[in-house]
Amino acid sequence: MIGVAASLPNDVVVQRHGAWKRFVKHRLAVVSGVLLILISLVAIFAPWLSPADPNAIDQVHWNGFPLAPGVGNHLLGTDENGRDVLARLIFGSRISLTVGVVAVLMEILIGTLLGAIAGYYGGWIDYLIMRLTDVFLCIPLLPLLLVLTAIVSASSNKAALGFGVIVVIIGGLSWPPIARLVRASFLSLREKEFVEAARAVGNPDGRIIFRHLLPNAVAPIIVQATLDVAGVIITESALSFLGLGIQPPTASWGNMLADAQENLQIAPWVAIFPGLCILFTVLSINYIGDGLRDALDPKM
Amino acid sequence: MARRSLESIPLLLFISLIFFAILHNVPGGPLAPYLQNPHITAADIIRLKHNLGLDQPVSVQYFSWLSRVVRGDLGYSTSNSEPVLQAILERMPATLILMGSAIVVSLLVGVTAGLIAALRPYSAVDYAITTFAFFGQSMPVFWFALMLQLAFAVNGISGFGYQLRLPSAGMCADDACPWWDILDHLVLPTTVLSLFYVATWSRFIRSSMLEVLRADYMRTAAAKGLTRTRVVLGHGLKNALNPLVTVVALALPGLVGGAVITEQIFAWPGMGRLFYSALGQFDFALLMGYLMMVSVLVVLCNLLADIGYAILDPRVSYE
Repeated sequence: MIGVAASLPNDVVVQRHGAWKRFVKHRLAVVSGVLLILISLVAIFAPWLSPADPNAIDQVHWNGFPLAPGVGNHLLGTDENGRDVLARLIFGSRISLTVGVVAVLMEILIGTLLGAIAGYYGGWIDYLIMRLTDVFLCIPLLPLLLVLTAIVSASSNKAALGFGVIVVIIGGLSWPPIARLVRASFLSLREKEFVEAARAVGNPDGRIIFRHLLPNAVAPIIVQATLDVAGVIITESALSFLGLGIQPPTASWGNMLADAQENLQIAPWVAIFPGLCILFTVLSINYIGDGLRDALDPKM
Repeated sequence: MARRSLESIPLLLFISLIFFAILHNVPGGPLAPYLQNPHITAADIIRLKHNLGLDQPVSVQYFSWLSRVVRGDLGYSTSNSEPVLQAILERMPATLILMGSAIVVSLLVGVTAGLIAALRPYSAVDYAITTFAFFGQSMPVFWFALMLQLAFAVNGISGFGYQLRLPSAGMCADDACPWWDILDHLVLPTTVLSLFYVATWSRFIRSSMLEVLRADYMRTAAAKGLTRTRVVLGHGLKNALNPLVTVVALALPGLVGGAVITEQIFAWPGMGRLFYSALGQFDFALLMGYLMMVSVLVVLCNLLADIGYAILDPRVSYE
């Protein structure tokens, strides 16, 4: 039996070697990494860090209008319902990060599986799967997502358009780029000698795909998936902004912006902070993705 | 090339099948708008269902829909009380103006920025452009739109004794609708819609230009005594631009989605806004018509891009 490490072609080994060193050299990626860890910690420890209950109305100070930052111990003010903006931002981070990560995990699962099957077997299976990806790459994603979430929200008794539905819908529709990447790597890898060798000693297809081919196709998947987390966070907040994502009273950065829109003139702070949170979270993820690209594939 | 054009027909058929299957799950089906009307009885609904063929299997319904569509009949919009095709065609120019101007601005600004960055790699200008591009790529468009409205429409930017205010809703101020008024109303929505593409395309041009600058034919062009401008623009940019055709075509589905959000925020009277309002009322025919219309648009543009790419780059051929 040939070990996996021994069967790796030389260039792959060279690429992996020093990846961490190259990543650390990308200073903005490192700063972004630290920022993202901080944001994740805030999300994890939200109940302990939050200055107030995100859905509690400040009965003492609230007068029917958003309270300005600083009034009545609200560091970032309150929204039009008298709820603390900072508390809602802190709890909203949980939605954005989990939707981003879970939807992308789902997209990786579907995309990798389909891409691997297409690239490994080729022929008519490949043709069918690739035509399917073509279909999904041609369909404007946002309108389709809106139709799906609108149907789900109308079919269920209450407005139970929850986290799970959003994740499944976004993750289930955004796998084509991953499938294409995996297929492309598999197409070039399957002719290599180490795959030939693995096949010659009688490994079953599944073992060749998962133990020999996939580990060598991981780098582009990691880069694409990281950038997709950023994309999914934007998509989720756009859906919530349009009223067809995470439903109030649950706080998400997107639906906070939807509420803020009406009071933009008198209470701009309600709109400014959720947007800054989305911007800097997505920005840091994009920088990390860029750093990973430099680190994992110096040729790109 | 002929085969490629023919392939888009099954592609569109498959897309329509997906949309039809999804939209059929709308609660109440195509008759949803009538179900809330107190003047329509249960017996009326059954009669309507029979008359419209809605009591037949989904497959039969799909083919009857398809046979009507190929004859140019997209059905009747329940929320707008007009034929779907008419409703969509009335609003299509506004959307095409918005998307078109966003593409033109993205190309002009994106290519220029990418070119400048590539000619002075790792300089301060390059870092500034790259940083801007990262911010542009990470910007939630709807928030960017709100901030622009806050700055230019609510408060107005003042300086040097002037105050700059831009309209933030609609396409014209009055019914006369002269072109310069449309242009005025276009500034903010176009900025919002193009930001992401300015950012990504400038990075694309930068990297593809850097690659081209290292090519042998660039040295040949310089060696035969051409000026630097002619080498960079005539030989370099010309080659770096070719793959952009494909990049623009691939961006179209995203642009359609971005247009829905932008039209919604800026009350732009386009197809996206029509679609969004139809969504709340489950106007089956209109939703189906809109989704098919934008898909046809995307597939058509992709086909044109493939042809254009083959013309621009003789090394490419589709067999």
